[in-house]
Amino acid sequence: MDPIINLILFVCLGIASIVLSVLAVSAKRLMRAATYLLLVLICTAGFYLFLNYHFLAAVQVSVYAGGVVILFLFAIFLTSNENDVLRRHQAGRYLWGALAALGGIAVTTFALVKHQFIYGDNQSMVGDQEIDMKVIGEALMGTEKYQYLLPFEVLSILLLAAIIGGILIARKR
Amino acid sequence: MFHLQTVTQWIDEFLRTYLTDGWALFIEFILIGVVILAVYAVLALILIYVERKICAFFQCRLGPTRVGPFGIFQSVADMVKILLKELIKINRVDPRLFRLAAYLVIIASICTFGAIPFDKGIQAIDFNIGVFYLLAVSSLGVVGILLAGWASNNKYTMIGAMRSGAQLISYELSCGLSLMTIVMLSGTMQLSTIVEQQAYAWNIFRGGIPAIIAFVIYLIAGHAETNRGPFDLPEAESELTAGYHTEYSGIQFGFFYLAEYLNMFIIAAIATTLFLGGWMPLHIPGWDGFNQVMDFIPPVLWFFAKAFICVFLALWVRWTMPRLRIDQLLNLEWKILMPVSLLNIVLMAIWVIWII
Repeated sequence: MDPIINLILFVCLGIASIVLSVLAVSAKRLMRAATYLLLVLICTAGFYLFLNYHFLAAVQVSVYAGGVVILFLFAIFLTSNENDVLRRHQAGRYLWGALAALGGIAVTTFALVKHQFIYGDNQSMVGDQEIDMKVIGEALMGTEKYQYLLPFEVLSILLLAAIIGGILIARKR
Repeated sequence: MFHLQTVTQWIDEFLRTYLTDGWALFIEFILIGVVILAVYAVLALILIYVERKICAFFQCRLGPTRVGPFGIFQSVADMVKILLKELIKINRVDPRLFRLAAYLVIIASICTFGAIPFDKGIQAIDFNIGVFYLLAVSSLGVVGILLAGWASNNKYTMIGAMRSGAQLISYELSCGLSLMTIVMLSGTMQLSTIVEQQAYAWNIFRGGIPAIIAFVIYLIAGHAETNRGPFDLPEAESELTAGYHTEYSGIQFGFFYLAEYLNMFIIAAIATTLFLGGWMPLHIPGWDGFNQVMDFIPPVLWFFAKAFICVFLALWVRWTMPRLRIDQLLNLEWKILMPVSLLNIVLMAIWVIWII
């Protein structure tokens, strides 16, 4: 695509995600904070789409919008009152928060500047390429080098344990 | 076969002869957006008319008859009315979330609508991960419904939203699993490729018994996803007035209404694409004369005919079955549909490895 259109889209997404993430931490109502968080996560999915990582974008939307945020919403439904308003933090906390954010920015900038990107100069990797779903599937389920069957299975056992634990807590006695 | 792709290609070449590539693309983006929104709205009008007529016939009535011949302009008149209605400001709601919720619901629905292949080349979004994209984007609608229920600050909307959330999240599972069954059969997630593969036998014939089971499960679960028919607990009018959209008025209510009807169509269209061959005409291997006659019917008509048959099934169920109770609803999903669709995936694996 045109570099200028790309730049405009990138700047719009960037501004949206910065504004929304600030709103997410400064919102007075819990429900609004969760909603802004959802919008930030959707913006992140937009960045993945921008990088032609369609799979990751879809994962981002389905896991966060379809899973995590709905879990948050249900938790808020069940535990909070409509009139609850979040307490204002003490001034010292804002300072520490700003310091932590600056530290994070410094570390990522340092890493970005120092890191040698493998595909940075490789022109064949630039452009509108889409990774085939088949490649991702084989990488997830294969046992060779750079394939991830073992972590996949370990994660599924972890999830199974979590499900059994959840049933054990929720069952009637 | 006459594909609408020839028309779009002609527009593309026409624009490129007069403009640079960047501007041509830009104008095409706007055109695609306008066309999608227009088709979305027109389909909604048609669906509302069809629903009212069919509902009337099921109940031995005539349905709308006054506006135009057979009342075909009734939904146009309704549209004008809903556009002119006042947006009532409600005390003590959360105004920002209240407005956002309606938009979230309709955006999720339009994003899914864009990925449906109406014809060869008539598809706004054709990702490699098509099926997964559909599942991911449609889950945004749940958030919209939950927010609508919460932001209205009303206990009926709240209960409606909770029911709807539980229902949509549960039925998404068997929806996804039955779509995965077809992905196993075709070996790809790209919607255009899935349709191309069905040139000689639609998936429902090619996949045999597991595909038929998956089709039935998808129709039931998809029907529950649209909050309609026997599964309309979230808006059960006898208990909850109108569920999560009780407090909405004017076009904001219109958004929920539009999204509900279009979601019905989208579910039918996905069923058509994955199980019934999308825009592919009915071909029988060996019957060359028959195949050529079928090719004369334009693919777009094939697509809409199949999709509207699925829509008719949904309407038939809606106006025949009584409403379920919430425990029956959740039992149906977690104790029947989901185990069956998990077993069905194993069955499909056997079918793909040994029988095809």
